[in-house]
Amino acid sequence: MAITVKVMRRPTREASYLRATLSGMALTFRHIFRPKVTMQYPEETSTRDWRMADRWRGTHRMLTDEQGRAKCVACGLCPQICPANCIKLVPGEDEEGHRYPLIYEIDEFRCIFCGYCQEVCPEEAIHVGWHYENAEYSRDRFVYDLERLCAQTHPVSTLWDPSDPRGE
Amino acid sequence: VTFFLVSSVAKMLFVFTMTMVGVALLTLAERRICAWMQDRMGPNRVGPQGLLQPAADGLKNIFKEEAMPAQADRALFMLAPAVAFTPALLTFAVIPFAAPLPTPWGDVPMVVADLPVGFLYILAISSLGVYGIVLAGWASNNKYSLLGGLRASAQMISYEIAMGMTAVAVLLLAGNVTLSQVVARQQEAGVWFVLPLLVGWIVFLVAAFAETNRVPFDLPEAEGELVAGYHTEYSAMKFSMFYIAEYSNMVTASALMTSLFFGGWDIPFTTWDNAAPWTVAKTLATLGMFLAKTGFFLFAYIWVRWTLPRFRYDQLMALGWKVMLPLALGYLALLATAIWYLHAVLDWPYGRKFALALFGLNAVLFLVLGWGVDRGRIVSGSVAGRRA
Repeated sequence: MAITVKVMRRPTREASYLRATLSGMALTFRHIFRPKVTMQYPEETSTRDWRMADRWRGTHRMLTDEQGRAKCVACGLCPQICPANCIKLVPGEDEEGHRYPLIYEIDEFRCIFCGYCQEVCPEEAIHVGWHYENAEYSRDRFVYDLERLCAQTHPVSTLWDPSDPRGE
Repeated sequence: VTFFLVSSVAKMLFVFTMTMVGVALLTLAERRICAWMQDRMGPNRVGPQGLLQPAADGLKNIFKEEAMPAQADRALFMLAPAVAFTPALLTFAVIPFAAPLPTPWGDVPMVVADLPVGFLYILAISSLGVYGIVLAGWASNNKYSLLGGLRASAQMISYEIAMGMTAVAVLLLAGNVTLSQVVARQQEAGVWFVLPLLVGWIVFLVAAFAETNRVPFDLPEAEGELVAGYHTEYSAMKFSMFYIAEYSNMVTASALMTSLFFGGWDIPFTTWDNAAPWTVAKTLATLGMFLAKTGFFLFAYIWVRWTLPRFRYDQLMALGWKVMLPLALGYLALLATAIWYLHAVLDWPYGRKFALALFGLNAVLFLVLGWGVDRGRIVSGSVAGRRA
């Protein structure tokens, strides 16, 4: 029983197995000594060919004012816009009438890292961070409270700017 | 007698340890070299340069759960990995790996068992390895496994003949089937059999790749078509055993090739290592040489694996029966005639001149064959396309 397979009619030069095999072996042998592209991750976190984008949206960070208080005025815009409903905000007010968050928690498990909270914030308080190493030993550690959000030190994300769409 | 027993046991332990360590390092070498060929690093985390990776793999495999397919033939399923693994180690028993070691009780030949029927023993044992694969394929009660096992047996039958035929050419030249005598013959003439048997070596090399089920002949596992072929249903250490078997087969095939065609433990261009009085230094140097030659062939195995694609099944069979077998038979006939002519008619004893004359013949044959193969006529697209 003959097996019929479509056969390409190739010129002899292209169908010479011996030469093709030898040149293939030479190629793989040369590659042994070529510089490797692997980034040795925990030791190296960025290389010339690989770095994080400026617009990377990672875990959040709350910016603080000169006295170390959160810039947040508890306006309620971020829980309002949050599509994943992951921000819990209970507003409070002091004797002078300044509003501040009594409770401000972000559940990083629910968060979809869309960055709307940073876009909508009138005080430039809440930001998504330029950060990706988030491992924890328990699930409840992923609900970041206000203190933890303020204590983050990683750089914040540069969001897309409609007036400068290409980031120039 | 006591000394013979003790030294034999010591040699067995030595060879077993060497092979197992070699296999462990080979799994690492395979992964690292393939990584380098693909511009990657490969496993380099466990231990310096990843040297402890095989240990980590082994530990993991021992602790993993072993899955047993519900409809499997339990006894054969358990037996198959051991059957695949044992012949590979058995073969190593007759391969001489160094110059004799002098001891206060006499010289110890560095071969576990210098059988007078050494080569026949290898032919007998090496084809047993396929039983493990066939049994694994059968006992798994899985269509893919069975297909893998069937392919393995068909492939083994097809290429065993070509391999045996070319090895007979070696025996014609050596005039003896004891491997230590084969090695000694090459050392006396100072010319390794690869020169007077160049074409035979090439056929042997291809057949050895096929026998060890390595790319481009790894049809029995062909993951693209057969999931993982004969070891689809295997897990944990039983799966690992098949890998150990594959790599020990590679080690054995490389060592065999070294012994038959590349002068065994002979150090090239010198003769000081071949003659008595034996010293420990000579044993160590020749052992190193043997390991270097074997290592080179092992590297070649890995090198070819990460370069060539796999044959299609009909191409494999066509190559085996329509090319390798006639080639090996014709070569054997031609070589036997040439040896007879040189020996009986011209009355030359075997020596350098004899070997070089045969090399001349082989070089011509090689060029003709190379020209023929290079036209792309031998492994053609398909049966239908071969009329071209």
